[in-house]
Amino acid sequence: MDWQAIVLSIRLAAIVCAVLLAIGLPIAYWLTFSRWRWKFLVEAVVALPLVLPPTVLGFYMLLAMGSRSPLGRLWERWTGHPLAFTFDGLVIASILYSLPFAVQPIAAAFAQVDRGLLEASSTLGSSRWRTAVRIVLPLSVHGIVAGVVLSFAHTLGEFGVVLMVGGNLPGQTRTVSIAIYDQVQAFRYGEANATALLLLAFSFGVLSIVYALTRRPRAIASRT
Amino acid sequence: MTLAATIRARLSHDFTLDVRFEAPPGVTMVFGESGSGKTTILRCLAGLHRPDEGRIAIGALVAFDSGLRIDVAARRRGLGYVSQDLALFPHMTVAQNLQYGLARLPATERRRRIGAIAAQFRIDHLLARRPGGISGGERQRAALARALVTDPQLLLLDEPLSALDHVTRSRIIEDLRGWNAAHAIPVLYVTHSHREVFALGERVIALERGRVVAEGRPQEVLDTPAHEPLAQLAGFENVFDATVLGADAANGTMRCLLPGGAELEVPLARAAPGAGIRIAIRAGDILLAAGEPSGLSARNALRGEVRSIEREGAAAIVMVDAGCRFQVHVTPAAVESLGLAGGQPVWLVVKTYSCRVVWNQSRES
Repeated sequence: MDWQAIVLSIRLAAIVCAVLLAIGLPIAYWLTFSRWRWKFLVEAVVALPLVLPPTVLGFYMLLAMGSRSPLGRLWERWTGHPLAFTFDGLVIASILYSLPFAVQPIAAAFAQVDRGLLEASSTLGSSRWRTAVRIVLPLSVHGIVAGVVLSFAHTLGEFGVVLMVGGNLPGQTRTVSIAIYDQVQAFRYGEANATALLLLAFSFGVLSIVYALTRRPRAIASRT
Repeated sequence: MTLAATIRARLSHDFTLDVRFEAPPGVTMVFGESGSGKTTILRCLAGLHRPDEGRIAIGALVAFDSGLRIDVAARRRGLGYVSQDLALFPHMTVAQNLQYGLARLPATERRRRIGAIAAQFRIDHLLARRPGGISGGERQRAALARALVTDPQLLLLDEPLSALDHVTRSRIIEDLRGWNAAHAIPVLYVTHSHREVFALGERVIALERGRVVAEGRPQEVLDTPAHEPLAQLAGFENVFDATVLGADAANGTMRCLLPGGAELEVPLARAAPGAGIRIAIRAGDILLAAGEPSGLSARNALRGEVRSIEREGAAAIVMVDAGCRFQVHVTPAAVESLGLAGGQPVWLVVKTYSCRVVWNQSRES
């Protein structure tokens, strides 16, 4: 089994997850509560990776990260190494690719919070920030956990974007799904099977956790 | 501390809230049928809905003034608001709910206030529980206490007790009165129940389609309703269109003709013979007699026939056809002793002053 690829995938997923939590919460909050009339455009952009073929997304990101693009040049001047075909590039691509998987469950949970509770909070003297921290977040924990878990799992299993942006450099950009592809190409079916089985078991475990959390019988009972 | 409000808010293309009223310290009932704009008034006062025009002054605080472009945020209005669904925070204990509005106070003061309010509203044994685990009445108490513990300058209650049984409700009301005896702030209490208006209010503001149609002491407003929907809300089960036959100015009465041909003597109103008026009579103000009554002070005895008898709680509702259909409330014991049954002839006895003129064609034109 390609342990190097597995460790790399987990590292990638963990970093992406942490970043998505940090930017996903404010984006989801804004999407839920903003009354801006053009909000639907932002919603569409956030959801784009859901419908776009990974190769299309990967292609444009490759262009954006290349040494000839402003972003690529800026990055090279800043860090001294290029963005395309590196782990850093992979992180950025994965964040964009997994964004809807973090934002949508969180936004759905925010939207489920009874507006009456938010109004009660403000008549009791709380600012919007305090209401968000004390009321909205605690009542949305299940959605936040679902968003984190889904984006972790989704990053772990992505293939097309990684191949386009990262290539297949061992220890740099070879993730577990690419390793499986490599093993199959080399007719090492036994190895591929072992790695695939590991991913399958992991994904099943993750989804079970998500569904168990989103069921939340206790929270529903205490609503009434 | 007095609340003075002028509110204009267009809520839909054919409904505009347009009210002006004052509420002194004490309980003021805001009374009207659903859709009359009661809740919107509270939401405007609380800062949860922005009026299109108007001015809201809570004591010395100008909370809203469209002319001066003042619109104080809900959290800075210093008022207590209890919505119909109470909005207790489900993930917090009762104690944490009570504490929520006191974040700016030192911990010792917070504890002192929570202890005091919990004792006063008899929820001290529930402080460690969550709202999901206590009864409906206890939740109402917790929600009231949460609003009151912040020492509000104005208390807004949106049918907070409508889901409770009578006994629990009157106990909570007593506790609320006890609290307000010491604080003397205006309390606006929204309701659509005329029983609550009589039981609780020192003053009542009656609303109809977004306008104030009557204002004053409950007895005055509900006993002389000027509008038909208000009459029905205020518990006048019988509302008839009648024609004035003639006035007896010396006695302060007039005779009028009911649909179906029966005549009724009602209090004098300024209406010419032939004019249309509308008369409202409470079902509980009508007496039933099995034989023709004589020697009565009541001036009206109408002959009719029992159509149906229904039990509702401790009362029996008797429908009587006397040319037009009357609803009469009597006790089940009375039904038994009179031997009332469908098809039986009866006499309806109505005092002149139990009849209210709620609409008068002459005054309209």
